[in-house]
Amino acid sequence: MAGAGGGNDIQWCFSQVKGAVDDDVAEADIISTVEFNHSGELLATGDKGGRVVIFQQEQENKTQSHSRGEYNVYSTFQSHEPEFDYLKSLEIEEKINKIRWLPQKNAAQFLLSTNDKTIKLWKISERDKRPEGYNLKEEDGRYRDPTTVTTLRVPVFRPMDLMVEASPRRIFANAHTYHINSISINSDYETYLSADDLRINLWHLEITDRSFNIVDIKPANMEELTEVITAAEFHPNSCNTFVYSSSKGTIRLCDMRASALCDRHSKLFEEPEDPSNRSFFSEIISSISDVKFSHSGRYMMTRDYLSVKIWDLNMENRPVETYQVHEYLRSKLCSLYENDCIFDKFECCWNGSDSVVMTGSYNNFFRMFDRNTKRDITLEASRENNKPRTVLKPRKVCASGKRKKDEISVDSLDFNKKILHTAWHPKENIIAVATTNNLYIFQDKMN
Amino acid sequence: MLRGRRRMEGALDAQSLISISLRKIHSSRTQRGGIKLHKNLLVSYVLRNARQLYLSERYAELYRRPPPPHAPYPPPAAPLAGPPELGPLPPGAEEQPPGPMPRGCGLPEPPVLLPPPHDPAPLELPGAPPQPPSPCRDSAPGFYRSGGCAYPALPGHCSGRTTVLDLDTHVVTTVENGYLAPDCCSQCPCCCPPAPGTKRKYYPGPGEEDDEDEDEPAAGGGAAAGVGVAPCPKRARFEELSPEPPPDASNISNLISIFGSGFTGLVSRQQADSEHGQLCSKQALASLGAWTRAIVAF
Repeated sequence: MAGAGGGNDIQWCFSQVKGAVDDDVAEADIISTVEFNHSGELLATGDKGGRVVIFQQEQENKTQSHSRGEYNVYSTFQSHEPEFDYLKSLEIEEKINKIRWLPQKNAAQFLLSTNDKTIKLWKISERDKRPEGYNLKEEDGRYRDPTTVTTLRVPVFRPMDLMVEASPRRIFANAHTYHINSISINSDYETYLSADDLRINLWHLEITDRSFNIVDIKPANMEELTEVITAAEFHPNSCNTFVYSSSKGTIRLCDMRASALCDRHSKLFEEPEDPSNRSFFSEIISSISDVKFSHSGRYMMTRDYLSVKIWDLNMENRPVETYQVHEYLRSKLCSLYENDCIFDKFECCWNGSDSVVMTGSYNNFFRMFDRNTKRDITLEASRENNKPRTVLKPRKVCASGKRKKDEISVDSLDFNKKILHTAWHPKENIIAVATTNNLYIFQDKMN
Repeated sequence: MLRGRRRMEGALDAQSLISISLRKIHSSRTQRGGIKLHKNLLVSYVLRNARQLYLSERYAELYRRPPPPHAPYPPPAAPLAGPPELGPLPPGAEEQPPGPMPRGCGLPEPPVLLPPPHDPAPLELPGAPPQPPSPCRDSAPGFYRSGGCAYPALPGHCSGRTTVLDLDTHVVTTVENGYLAPDCCSQCPCCCPPAPGTKRKYYPGPGEEDDEDEDEPAAGGGAAAGVGVAPCPKRARFEELSPEPPPDASNISNLISIFGSGFTGLVSRQQADSEHGQLCSKQALASLGAWTRAIVAF
């Protein structure tokens, strides 16, 4: 079965895998976010230990026309440390919840990384030259005795091994009472938003000591709380527009021109619940875990526990497309509630042309849905298929009844192996898929 | 509602779901990174749904006799709507409108913690010196009664006092969640004649205890046992509150009251004798105090 893809069917091949091999996963190594930069040359991951690892794609080698450049480690740094809030007796996790790249303006790269409470702007810059030949300093930095200086020379820059430095340029702290779940950079490239469970704040990238609160859904009496904000994103083109999703399965589109506080939405996207599907867990599985605008800005995609929905911004009453990710789990919701898997927050992403969407599932499976051909495919991120340019074999889950050869029954799925974070290169058919502690890179088969 | 899915794999029944949910809430207190508001909110929805089913089962069991013309509850097959969909019953409504369970008065769900208005028995309140649980509750073993008002279909869902720490302002406030509107109860078709002297157990929220920091079940157990009686001021207050306008129909997520009445239902189902019931309620409520404190301490 051919793979799903826009136009010609894509065959996905294994390219690389990063991360430890052993089954014993150190908690700090659990990958918590994956993001390509705007050119796709850089790929950043954040983990539960508060570290950011950036991979850089090698320049395409003319002689190796059968594959694109590999991604190799470019920079690693500790973005966030665990903190303790003494006032509330709360430990603040260092886990990186989201990374968002700024578009490149000069030689350096900038990204925003956030944990539950603090957002940081990091500058990643290269240094491949260093000055040598100081008059007053030795090469190792010790100062020379001025009386020993008999001649003067002009220091010169000499090449050195490439060093990539990451330095925190801004720290945006103390603006969120609840846990930050999203950050999104505005298309004006000057401001960005950060969203926690109940509030959304607007920041200027240059200003750290204040932010504007633009959405506040905290009820006067917390007992009246019925929903929380689960994700938020700026529109890719309209700098005044953003959306936020809720735990109730609704998405609100807000226009910052309407008022300073965008508590009243401009549009409310909601699909009525199917009463025949009602269960104890209806509220949980309708909670939206991710919302992403298409590159065009015409559509947005939401992910809830069992499905991916594509919404046309011009139609509020129902999505234009719905794709079932793993409907066979609907009868297993009780077990998934018991083992907490039902609370897993899957992300989703668009390909560069908005023709295919991708999201993760369990058993290290991930799914792609081609919006044009309406075909879908299930692939597995596994070290077993890790010969480069091995075409991935489509997988199939057998929901019930007779299991065909090569199919996997629902009961043998490994729910500890979940793919929550995936990213698609903005221009090429290269995808990054994060299993628990490994990062897989797949690309389409080039002939 | 569940379309036969009660036989879902994993020993699903309302009671086990309730205990699983409570365990989750309790363990969330010790999780790194603090209480996750989102997850606990979702768990509270499951808890509410399970409780609704459990209580409707109880009603079905207990009211074997033909229900009064204004049947207070529809068959359990009716779909459950979440609390926000509930709308207030028009005052003076004498007939239970047919329809989904939550829309009716007499929804078994209500976190009723007050005796019906014509029951002059005092309300048990937190904060008073610990007293043995009211014998009235045990006088009807296995009987779980939803008192006067359905919540929140009717204005005036029954109240609880909870102490809430607002993380933003760092202000500790004690919240009266609601009030009893006597007239709505008299009109309420679900007000079946009460078992004489039937009381609801009133479970204190957090902050009623002096030691907020004590998180062990023992403290919670103290909370459970700390059901006091302060008849005069409370009743006066309720009389005073009754003229107030009904709360917003979307006023739900009354976690304390949900948990409070849910536990009582569990207790009465499990035990036959009052003694045993008392012990189990203590255990159940041991964790109740702990996690309710957790829930509201955002």
